[in-house]
Amino acid sequence: MHTFQMLRAQSPDEAVRLASSSMDTAPQPVRFLAGGTTLIDLMKLDVEQPQQVIDINHLPLNQIEQTVDGGLKIGALVRNSDLANHPLIVQRYPMLSMALLSGASAQLRNMATTGGNLLQRTRCVYFRDTATACNKRQPGSGCAAQEGFHRNLAILGTSAQCIASNPSDMNVALVALEAIIHVQGANGARIIPINEFHLLPGSTPQRETVLAPGELVTHVTLRPPLANAGSTYLKLRDRASYEFALASAAVQVSIDGNRISRARVALGGVGAKPWRSLEAEAVLQDAAPTVDVFARAAAAAVRDARPLRDNVFKVDLIQRCLVQALRTAATQDAAKRSA
Amino acid sequence: MRENQQEQEDFPGADRRSDIGNNAPRSSPTVVENANPPASVNGIPHLTRRSFLMWVGSSGAATALPASALAAPMATAVPVTMDPGLVNVRLTVNDVVRDAQVDVRTSLLDYLRENLQLTGTKKGCDHGQCGACTVHVNGRRVNSCLSLVAMHEGDSVTTIEGLGTPDRLHPLQAAFVAHDGLQCGYCTAGQIMSAAALLTEPCGRADADVKEAMSGNICRCGAYSNIVAAIRQVRDAG
Repeated sequence: MHTFQMLRAQSPDEAVRLASSSMDTAPQPVRFLAGGTTLIDLMKLDVEQPQQVIDINHLPLNQIEQTVDGGLKIGALVRNSDLANHPLIVQRYPMLSMALLSGASAQLRNMATTGGNLLQRTRCVYFRDTATACNKRQPGSGCAAQEGFHRNLAILGTSAQCIASNPSDMNVALVALEAIIHVQGANGARIIPINEFHLLPGSTPQRETVLAPGELVTHVTLRPPLANAGSTYLKLRDRASYEFALASAAVQVSIDGNRISRARVALGGVGAKPWRSLEAEAVLQDAAPTVDVFARAAAAAVRDARPLRDNVFKVDLIQRCLVQALRTAATQDAAKRSA
Repeated sequence: MRENQQEQEDFPGADRRSDIGNNAPRSSPTVVENANPPASVNGIPHLTRRSFLMWVGSSGAATALPASALAAPMATAVPVTMDPGLVNVRLTVNDVVRDAQVDVRTSLLDYLRENLQLTGTKKGCDHGQCGACTVHVNGRRVNSCLSLVAMHEGDSVTTIEGLGTPDRLHPLQAAFVAHDGLQCGYCTAGQIMSAAALLTEPCGRADADVKEAMSGNICRCGAYSNIVAAIRQVRDAG
């Protein structure tokens, strides 16, 4: 690990100010340090070499509060375990709780934060190995994954420069919940819908989010839960626990009579970013909640898939995953309405 | 602390761009609590692996204070030190307050093992994947390898040494013995710290729930069924 200067911030204002002044002097971008489960790991591998690290663990951003519109405001430093087990999340956004609890281990969930998880980096083995070519880590160096080990990588939203998948479970649920990301920077605060927060790799895979250098995620807000909606998170992986998703689906479905009045579909393990499938949602909208419709929605979701040699299996896997998740959510909704 | 800072200043040449483990001053050791120079036998230094590592591996300096000396948890120190390579931190480890000035890169795990000689906590993968380094911070289990000690200003850390003693085992330690919840023992401290935290976490009663909650602790010997049995015994007794 390369050495760095550590600064401790006591408030979001101070963190942003320190980052802003650091960037004037340091050639490498400054990094905010929260749980450390991604950043420390990558610093040990020399993938991340910040000259200055701002410890934000003492910022007062660890609250979960109800908003006036009936939604929730989640501080960026709320740990994944606290978020997953919070009564309001368990009762009103169970899909988010399920997604969080399916990720990592209990120890890591006690460390990892909401803001950090939004910025979680890919598990592509070439990104993590400085001896190999990776356009995301070192722009212009190439992509060893195209011909190499890529069964865990993306089939949607990829580019010739990068096929890395976003590994987060939480992000998939937040996309299906249409979360809003609140950030603060030297030029003030702004809000970003989560579907516009992560960037596709294109020709600049090193840029993963729309965050400007030195901008700090302060909290995430959720809208009120849909009335009478069924929802679930289904994750498929190589082992039963403590493994990243090969394919996952977060779905919210509201059914009115025999008609799907509203559906939100997000996919994990298959996208270059947490993947909102507007194509699947379009098939579901106003259709009957049948397995046939779910299968057509799943087929629409992978219409633009570009699999490679060793991840072509994901094209089938994600469809089965989505169909199963939709069946679960639709059944829940029916059970709720009859109750 | 003044004495310790002086010791740091004696070794300005410590190569801060190399790995932490190679950072120890080579010429003469920084003496910290519990790290006396190796004893000699017939005039020849008697070196065991551990005493040798204790002797040369102490790159940081630490002092012990009674727990009551812990004041407000955070000082508004920005930057934390004037030297970008060093950091000051005060934390409590097994009810003893520690003041340390360490290389900023020092993981909580390395601090516990190399600076405090609390070697019960083990280094496995060093990347948060195996769970051997599990300790409690403010009562919650974490991977100490993925955490910098500098992040733990004001925190309270419990290691396996603080959980029980040979004379007074924690019920989980006794249960692991009774159920043969180990073979080589390397993962055991992490398993027990994880299991102790599990007792206070939301976790279903089924063995499957325990296995899920313990999935962050890998046992290469495959003692899993006995580990689950040990945890079941303690949960049933509680």
